[in-house]
Amino acid sequence: MLFALIIKEFLAILRDPKSRFVLIGPPIIQLFVFGYGATYDLNHVPIAIYDEANSVESRRLIARFDASPAFSREITLTHQQQIAEVLDNKDVLAVIHIHPQFDRDLARGKTANIQIIIDGRDSNTALIALNYMQTILAKYNLAMAQRHHTPLPAARLQIRAWFNPNLNSQWFIVTGIIGLLTLVVTVLVTALSVAREREQGTFDQLLVTPLTPFQILVGKAVPGLVVGLLEASFIIFMAVFWFNIPFVGHLSALYLGIFLFVFSVIGIGLMISSICVTQQQGLLGAFLFIVPAVILSGFATPIANMPPLVQDLTLINPLRYFLIIVRGVFLEGLPAEVLFNQYWPLAIIGLLTLSLAAWLFRHRMY
Amino acid sequence: MTANRPLPLDFQHVSKTFSIEKRTVEALKQLSLTIEENSVTALVGPDGAGKTTLLRLAAGLYLPNTGQIRIFGYDTRQYSDQIHVMIGYMPQRFGLYEDLTVAENLNLYADLHHVSMADRQYRFDDLMVMTGLSAFTDRLAGKLSGGMKQKLGLACTLLSEPRLLLLDEPSVGVDPVSRRELWRIIQHQVKQKGTTVLLSTAYMDEAERCDKVVLVDDGEILAQDTPEHFKAHLSGHCFRLQHTRLTHRQLQSRLHAFEDIIDSIIQGESVRVVCRQTKLPDFPADIAEHLKISPAEAGLEDAFISLLRRRHPTTPQPPLQLNHINSKNHALDVIRVEQVDRWFGQFQAVKKLNFSVKRGEIFGLLGANGAGKTTTFRMLCGLLPVSNGQLSVAGVDLRTAAAKARAKIGYMSQKFSLYANLSVQQNLDFFSSAYGLKNQRRKQRIQWAVEQFDLKKDLNSNSGDLPLGYKQRLAMACALMHEPEILFLDEPTSGVDPLARREFWARTNQLAANGVTVLVTTHFMEEAEYCDRLVIMVQGEVLMTGSPAEIKQQAITAECPEPTMEQAFIHLVEKNQS
Repeated sequence: MLFALIIKEFLAILRDPKSRFVLIGPPIIQLFVFGYGATYDLNHVPIAIYDEANSVESRRLIARFDASPAFSREITLTHQQQIAEVLDNKDVLAVIHIHPQFDRDLARGKTANIQIIIDGRDSNTALIALNYMQTILAKYNLAMAQRHHTPLPAARLQIRAWFNPNLNSQWFIVTGIIGLLTLVVTVLVTALSVAREREQGTFDQLLVTPLTPFQILVGKAVPGLVVGLLEASFIIFMAVFWFNIPFVGHLSALYLGIFLFVFSVIGIGLMISSICVTQQQGLLGAFLFIVPAVILSGFATPIANMPPLVQDLTLINPLRYFLIIVRGVFLEGLPAEVLFNQYWPLAIIGLLTLSLAAWLFRHRMY
Repeated sequence: MTANRPLPLDFQHVSKTFSIEKRTVEALKQLSLTIEENSVTALVGPDGAGKTTLLRLAAGLYLPNTGQIRIFGYDTRQYSDQIHVMIGYMPQRFGLYEDLTVAENLNLYADLHHVSMADRQYRFDDLMVMTGLSAFTDRLAGKLSGGMKQKLGLACTLLSEPRLLLLDEPSVGVDPVSRRELWRIIQHQVKQKGTTVLLSTAYMDEAERCDKVVLVDDGEILAQDTPEHFKAHLSGHCFRLQHTRLTHRQLQSRLHAFEDIIDSIIQGESVRVVCRQTKLPDFPADIAEHLKISPAEAGLEDAFISLLRRRHPTTPQPPLQLNHINSKNHALDVIRVEQVDRWFGQFQAVKKLNFSVKRGEIFGLLGANGAGKTTTFRMLCGLLPVSNGQLSVAGVDLRTAAAKARAKIGYMSQKFSLYANLSVQQNLDFFSSAYGLKNQRRKQRIQWAVEQFDLKKDLNSNSGDLPLGYKQRLAMACALMHEPEILFLDEPTSGVDPLARREFWARTNQLAANGVTVLVTTHFMEEAEYCDRLVIMVQGEVLMTGSPAEIKQQAITAECPEPTMEQAFIHLVEKNQS
C-alpha cells in the first residue's frame, strides 16, 4: 500500500510537465545566476581620477589603480566642479583627487595627502572599495619606500585567511546556495502536494481509503526526500567540479546534515500544505516561509549582527543549522561529532512539524 | 414568416475548431440553424456536443472558422459593436461580483451596458419584483443562494433589454422552486418585450416548454422540431411493466436482452420501457405470464435517447459481476443517522437529522444546493465530524473507527476526484493498492474493472483528458475495485448527459440487486424515481422520508392528480413554507 502511494506521488510530480520543469529549470538557472552574480568581491568599480599634480609620482600611483581589476577608470576629471557632478549622477563610485603639491611634498619627505571622495549611499560597497584602495596605497608606499631607501613602516599587518585563503566570496555564496536551493525545491514540492489534492478533491478520496494518516504522510514525505537529496547532490557536484570549490570534509558528515535538513524542511512544507485548501495558498505559504528563512539564516548577513530577539528567532530556522553544517564540512572539514549541535535541532524541527502535519490531515476544518 | 425582417439568429454552415495541446477538436461541423423572432428555442444534447460553443459564437465571443453567423442581419465578424447592444448572454457561471451587494452588481452592469439613469430606476424595480430579490438589495451577492444568484445574473443580463437572449444552462444546480421562477421571468420577457430566447438545458421538462427543440450531438444538429412532434414519433412505443414474481430490478436486467427494447428505466415499483415498434417484443413464458402492462406517455427524453442510441450504438454491458458480499454484520440497518447536527460557526448546515438505510437499498438524499446533502454525506464518510448526535456506517463511526473499516465503503465524489495527471492504468493500480488488494486478486480486479467499464482503449491516456462519461466510469471502477458493501455516491450524475446517466443507473441498480447498499445524493428530481427510499432535505432539515410513491402520494392535489417527483417536491416545499 505504502509503496503504491510513493509511486503515485512520484508520478504526480513527474508526469506534469510544469512541475517537472520546476524541479530542473529554476535550480540550474539560479545556481549560475547566484553563483556568478552574488558576490561581495568588487570588480570593475567605476572611479574618476582628478590628477592636479600630473607628475611622475602621481602617474605611478594612478597606474596602480588602473592595473587593479577591482577598479576601472571611467572618467578623468579636469575641474573641481566635476567631482560633485559625477558622484551625484552615480557615474562613478569614488573620485581620487591628487593635489598639485603631491610630488613636492614627497620630494621634501613630507607625507603627501590624497583625497578620496566616495559615494556612501551604499555603505557596504563603499567600505569594501575603501579597503581595496587602502591596500593599493599601502603597496604603493612600500614600493616607494624600497625605491627611495626610506625606512619601512614599523609594523605591518600580515593577513592569512584560513579556509578561504583568497577571501573568494564565491566559496561562501555557492556553499550557501546548496542550502538555499534545496530549501526552495523541497518546500515547493511538499507544500503543493496536499494542497493540490485538496483543490482537486483527491484528498477526500484518499482519506476514505483504508490508508492511515501516517501512511499518507510517509507517502508524501518520501518523494520530497528523494527530490531534496538529488537536488542537493547536483549542486554539490556543480560546486566542486564547476565552481572548483574545495571540498575538504567528509561526505558522510555532509549527507547526514542534508538528510536531516531535508527531513525538517519536508515537515514544514507538509504542514503548510495541510493548512492550505488551494495550490495558490500553498505557494503563498511556501514563500511566506522561504523569504524570512533565507534572510534569517546567515546566508548573506551574519546572524551575530542581528538583534538578540531576532537571533533567538533564527533558532527555529532549519536553514541556519544547515548552512553551518555545509560550510563547516565543505571549507573547514568539520567531522560529524563537532556538528552534533547542528544535527539534533533539525531532527526535532522535522519530528514536530511532521506530527503536526499528520494531525492536520484529518482535523483541518474549512 | 416575415420576409423582410432579418432573423434574430442565422447560422450558415458554421464550423469551429479548437486546438488543445496538439489535438484539434471540431466543436461545430458545418452547422446551419435559424431562429424565428419572439420564440424560445432549447439546445439539448450530450455533454461536449457543442452547445456552449454555439451560444458563444452567437454572442460574438468566438468567430467561426468557416461559415457565416448573422444576428438580426449583422455579421458577427464585422458588426460586433451593433450586435453587443442587441444581445444578452448569460454564461454558465455568470460573473457576479461576490463582494458587491445585489444593488451594486445591478448598477455595475447598468454602467457596463450604458443604461441611462432615467431608465435605470424603473428597470431595477421591475426586475427586482420579477426576481423576488427586492428584499435583498443590500445583501452581498456572495451570500445569496445558488438560485438567487442565478436570478440576479439573469436580471443583470436583462438590464439592457436585449432583443436576443442567450442562456447557457441557466438552471444547472438550481432548486426546482427557483427554476420555476427563472422560467417565469424568461416567459415574461418573451410575452411582454418580444424577446427571442436561445438556451441550452439538461432538463427535459424545460425543453418541453420551448417552441422549438434542437438536438445537438458531436457538433451537428441531429434533429430540430417542436416538442410535440418529437414526442409524437414515439407515441405508442412506451409501456410501463410490472412483474408479480420478479422485482423491478430483476425485471429490468432481464429486459436488457431484448433488442427491440431501446430503453428501460426504473420508475417507482415498475419498469418503463421504450420499444422500437408499437408493441412489446415476444417475451418468454416466465416473463410474459406474470407481467402487468400499461401504456405510458412518451416523453421528450425518450425521443432523444432513441435518436442518440441510433447514432451511438452501445455495446450491451456485461452484467456486473460481484463476488458476493459477505459480512458478519447482518443487521438490517447498514447506515444509521440519529439526531445529527452540524454547525459551521454560526451557521447550522444540518439540523437534527434522522434516517436509516437498509442493506441492499438504493437510498437517495435529495435537495437543492445548500440543503445540507454534501455535509451529511461527508459526515457519513468520516471526512467531517458531527457536532451533535450519532451516526454509524456498517456498525461503526468511520471518523473514529480503525482505518481498515473504511475498506467496506466505496466513495465517488461530486467532482472528478481521481488523479488527472495519472493515466487510467496508473489510477487503477494505485486505488487497487490503496484498498489493500494484492497479487492475483489485484490483477483480477483491475482486469474486471477494465472489462466492465470498457476502459481498454484508454488505459494509457491521462485520466484528466477523458470525456466526462468515461471519467465517471473510471471513478466508479476505482470505487468498486475492492467490492465494497456500501457505496457512497455524491451527485454522480451532475453534468452528465442522459445516455451516460442511463448507463450509470443501470450499473447502480445491478449493484443493489447484488446486495450492495447505495447512498446517493442528487438534485435531479427524476432520479429520485430510481431510489427505493429517499429523504428530501431543505435547509438542513428533513422535509420528507419515504419511497418515491409515498412522497408523490403526499403531493396529490385536485389540479395535479399524478404529480411528477419534481412537482411533488415543489408542492412539499411550498406547503412547508406556508
